[in-house]
Amino acid sequence: METLNFDYPASQPVPRRAYVGVVGSGDLEVLLEPSPDQRAHVTVRTSADGFGEVWEAVLDRFFARNDLAAAIEINDSGATPGTVVLRLAQAVEESRS
Amino acid sequence: MSRGRTWFEALAGATLDGEPASVLCADGTVGDERTRFLTVVPNAEAKFTRARGGELGLEEGWTLARHVREAVAVDDDGDRRALVAVVDVPGQPYGHREELLGLHLALAAAVDAYATARLAGHPVVALAVGQAISGAFLAHGMQANRILALEDPGVTVQVMSKRSTARVTRRSVDELDKIAEEVPATAYDVASFARLGALHRLIEGVDAAEPDAEHVETVRDALAEAITSARHDDSTDLSGRLASPEARRHRSASLRVRERLAEEWTG
Amino acid sequence: MTVSVRSKTRFTELSARERAAALLDSGTFRELIGPFERLESPHLEPQGVVPACDDGVVVARGDIGDQRAVVLAIEGLFQGGGIGEVSGAKIAGALELALRDAERGHPVRPVLLLETGGIRLQEANLGLLAIAEIHAAIVALRSHVPVVGVVAGMVGCFGGMAIAAGLCSHLVMTREGRLGLNGPQVIEQEAGVAELDSEDRRLVWETIGGDQRVATGMADALVEDDVAAIAGAVRIAFETGVPAEHRSAQVGFYEARLAGIDASEPLDGPALRTLWRDEGVGR
Repeated sequence: METLNFDYPASQPVPRRAYVGVVGSGDLEVLLEPSPDQRAHVTVRTSADGFGEVWEAVLDRFFARNDLAAAIEINDSGATPGTVVLRLAQAVEESRS
Repeated sequence: MSRGRTWFEALAGATLDGEPASVLCADGTVGDERTRFLTVVPNAEAKFTRARGGELGLEEGWTLARHVREAVAVDDDGDRRALVAVVDVPGQPYGHREELLGLHLALAAAVDAYATARLAGHPVVALAVGQAISGAFLAHGMQANRILALEDPGVTVQVMSKRSTARVTRRSVDELDKIAEEVPATAYDVASFARLGALHRLIEGVDAAEPDAEHVETVRDALAEAITSARHDDSTDLSGRLASPEARRHRSASLRVRERLAEEWTG
Repeated sequence: MTVSVRSKTRFTELSARERAAALLDSGTFRELIGPFERLESPHLEPQGVVPACDDGVVVARGDIGDQRAVVLAIEGLFQGGGIGEVSGAKIAGALELALRDAERGHPVRPVLLLETGGIRLQEANLGLLAIAEIHAAIVALRSHVPVVGVVAGMVGCFGGMAIAAGLCSHLVMTREGRLGLNGPQVIEQEAGVAELDSEDRRLVWETIGGDQRVATGMADALVEDDVAAIAGAVRIAFETGVPAEHRSAQVGFYEARLAGIDASEPLDGPALRTLWRDEGVGR
């Protein structure tokens, strides 16, 4: 198991906190809340070691497209990048609903 | 001879031929407390072949339930006798027939009976003298007001064999042993179990396999104390297990959860 | 957080949270110790296992049939629904509060959504202790109000939680659901493939599947894997009330049933149904 942390500049507030997903095989859960500052903070706990660069690429891309001052916590059980992107999108959508 | 039988005969003062022969039940005394002793022992002629090694199987579950319920029914009007479950069970049998015929329900029957007895005011005491494994221990012992255990390498509390646990969790036995050092809940020895706070007394200095008269007296005294203290409990539930200092330390999350639930219960 | 569910949906497609919401009267769902409280297991990360923020159990208050209720939903996808310290305490603690209310004359209708392999091995004896507390709470509570269990699949209900199912007042199952003490794979590993071929699906379901369990009187209702059907069955279970004698208390009945089994003869699911039907199934 690995814990990874990422940080991005951000300005848009999170309308509502959101929770999506499940820590099941090949899946992940995402907790999304307003960040205390003008930054996005992401903590990932993942069962699959050695994929730090993949997480970085996925999150870099996500925050390039989403200016969101969010505190995000991810508990991952070996999801593919595609599933990660999907869950993040679901979380953002839920935070707007 | 199984430890269960050894201790049953020493404490109950009886050698019985029960039906089925795998469940021994006798009424005796602890001090001046009327006490029904119960244990499960190996039976090479058991009807269900997978339950011949002392496992708590179909017949054993329903038979324990019958003996316990009989005590509850008979004592309905007066003094509720103590019930002592002498625990030495290698687990529950692995069998197609067992599952088909509702082994889960047979064990539920024993759980039900012991819990019912406790709720009716019978002091129920479990005495672990050997293995106390998984479903068998849940059914025969874990519903007790008080759990006692002998301090002995042969007294273990566990949910699955190390070998099977290793297979299911995909770790080596060595890795599991390392984890057991950090997480006492996964260790099998009785001292580790005691750290979780549910054990009322860990009885030292007793030969669990071949006790002499003095050892038996020591255990008898411990049983007497457990029965008396159970009679003086404020309630007949299991909440005492979480009130011990060890529980506050090693089951703090269990307490925290209950606190939060109570705070949030009425919205 | 809104949790909404269409009524024509397979129950087993839903997460534990969605299943709990589906069984509660519309608009009454309220989760206790929700995800954002992050009351997770303290024992998993030290072992290199990724925790879940709710430890795989959802405690949901609300109404069922306009009566106050609590649904305990186990998330089968997280660690096979295994019961650890926190998840076990959520279930036991909620049942204990329901009992407290019942004793004060305000019964709360308890529902257990059982999607579980039993004790979570990584937490071993903590799971064992929690399950004993769950058992104790069920026995105490069910004299006041029916304790209703649902075994819908896909994980099924095994181990110490199968014992809990055996203690329930009323058990609803789907065909896909399985209820047994030891899982088929464990039996095959311990006793050999001749004892039970865990890959023989027909054999497994004929032994411990929902249809078989209902047909042999070990569960009460066989229902379609459908949200409305299961919600309806749960409501009916409460309306039926506390049984005169719980299944796990029917000692004479089951001892007689076992006495009628010739253990030297082979026995399979269909044969057992015939045997027990001829002897008179039911309570």
